[in-house]
Amino acid sequence: MSRYDSMFEVLAERGEGAFIPFTVLGDPDPDGSLDVIGWLVESGADALELGVPFSDPVADGPVIQAASSRALAAGTTPRVCLDLVDQVRRTNPDIPIGLLMYANPVLAHGMDAFYADAAEAGVDSVLIADVPVAEVAPFAEAANRHGVEPVLIAPIDAADRTLREVVAWGKGYTYVLGRAGVTGDANRASLAHDALLGRLHALGAPPPVVGFGIGSPDQVRQALRAGAAGVIAGTAIVRRISDHHEVVEFVTSMKAATRP
Amino acid sequence: MKLSTRFGEYGGVFVPEILVPALEQLETAFVEAQNDSHFRSELDDLLATYAGRPTPLYRCRNLGAETSATMWLKREDLLHGGAHKTNQVLAQALLAKRLGKTRLIAETGAGQHGVATAMAGALLGLETVIYMGSKDIERQQPNVFRMELLGAKVETVDAGAATLKEAINAAMRDWAASYPTTHYLLGTVAGPHPFPTIVREFQSVIGTEARAQFVDAVGALPDVVLACVGGGSNAIGVWSAFLDDEQVQLVGVEAAGHGLHTEHHGATLERGRPGVLHGAYTYVLQDDEGQIAEAHSVSAGLDYPGVGPEHAYLLESGRASYVGVDDQAALAAAEALAQAEGIIPALESAHAVAHALELARACTEPRTMLINLSGRGDKDLETMMRHR
Repeated sequence: MSRYDSMFEVLAERGEGAFIPFTVLGDPDPDGSLDVIGWLVESGADALELGVPFSDPVADGPVIQAASSRALAAGTTPRVCLDLVDQVRRTNPDIPIGLLMYANPVLAHGMDAFYADAAEAGVDSVLIADVPVAEVAPFAEAANRHGVEPVLIAPIDAADRTLREVVAWGKGYTYVLGRAGVTGDANRASLAHDALLGRLHALGAPPPVVGFGIGSPDQVRQALRAGAAGVIAGTAIVRRISDHHEVVEFVTSMKAATRP
Repeated sequence: MKLSTRFGEYGGVFVPEILVPALEQLETAFVEAQNDSHFRSELDDLLATYAGRPTPLYRCRNLGAETSATMWLKREDLLHGGAHKTNQVLAQALLAKRLGKTRLIAETGAGQHGVATAMAGALLGLETVIYMGSKDIERQQPNVFRMELLGAKVETVDAGAATLKEAINAAMRDWAASYPTTHYLLGTVAGPHPFPTIVREFQSVIGTEARAQFVDAVGALPDVVLACVGGGSNAIGVWSAFLDDEQVQLVGVEAAGHGLHTEHHGATLERGRPGVLHGAYTYVLQDDEGQIAEAHSVSAGLDYPGVGPEHAYLLESGRASYVGVDDQAALAAAEALAQAEGIIPALESAHAVAHALELARACTEPRTMLINLSGRGDKDLETMMRHR
């Protein structure tokens, strides 16, 4: 059983949803990001979604763009990212760890070698922001060869054909977009997801997790009520990483909102 | 998608999933418009009466007269707006109207595509927002004012090197939230499918006209067709009619900036390697880790670390060849053309002129060269003054 499957099973028994915080590997620098990840885990993160910084993050809003720039300026290469995951994995054998990244660093590393190295470092899933289902086949096949789960995105207005493909290729969880646009917490998620979440359940999709525009415990409760298995918050975390106390307080309150 | 999304192995649709439906909708509108005589006739009418097509083919009287080569210029610099950009902007703006969109967004480097989009926005009553890097805003001031005078809003982009690459990032982010009401009017043959195919189709008018004009004037085909390559739309446009004429040599001229031996150039096809940038699998200037490099060129329109995927295909298939011309040679060629013919080219186009002159000087027997003079140099006067 994969780490995601175990996590969702345990949470379902408790009647809880998953809270999955996101932070950028190497932000503000490689050692600093290890500290941040430690804070996320100690405050109750059920899984980790970790960004691999890229020079041209077209799916990200200003806060995560700035985080990527800081990480790159601090020398965070994809190799450094995998080393960081390896360190996190040593002290956290069971927590699911996903990477969120862009296509070009995967290709530059060599597609097959990248997934092999990611698996070796202890990565459970990889979501590539600029690889839609139409282009996912070679990436997903390479991921599958090495036991890494390819996570795909389901937009709120996805066509049936797209959703069927998302379900056919996707593993681990299904990333449900809270709204259109790029990452950010200022423009709140619309959370009119009942219909989409229903369609995903009917198609037997991997557990749907809502991300984009999530920044408050209320939104967590709404998303779970609508049928989501969990939520991801990124920008709201990245804004707070300079302050240990704020991170702990935020993650604790978000996790609390996943409980019945 | 209904059409092929690739040129050989290059191209594709590497965008966030949320933008795929917008691209599918655009492709459908494009396919339908191609078969709609009303769309065709409205576009042809605008190209003739608004933009000034056909543009002339001019035989240089003086440039290269000391060589055995004859140089011909396809005068896209005379097109309304000052560059070839207008051809496909009018077509995409009509597609946007057809899709019921009320707002246009576009990226611009040199400002030529932004000006053309602002013109089309004014003409067709569409709200227009142009994303432009702050470095380009600084070096292309006249075009910034032109866009504003035409009623467009120019959004400054400060990220990274603050040039064309970042302007495209910003436009893609806008589109991810605004696609229900907004058309992203991409300015070149780069980006995700269907843009490379759409822009190619609507720039092919350059090649269709030039080939007929050349055959009419000379009674034969040109030996070489040259064009500068940033994203690559003017080259694809002029070459489109010659691809099957195997005896015609196609030469693309990239920006060598400070020199191909340095890290400061825009020679994507000569110094890049395959990767994904801005929605397409194509040649990309990048480091070993896959981070996109900053390009450099004295001409803002060639200052781009990617290139249209069809160029990657033409390079690998051997149908076209690509060379670099550095900043100094381009500036010198602009001055040479100005003084020989009374024509001030855009610095982008001057790269093609520079390489044509180099080929001409090496000629030992008569050769005919067709150069796509893709834009005029008004926007570059300040840069030329500074470098003189």
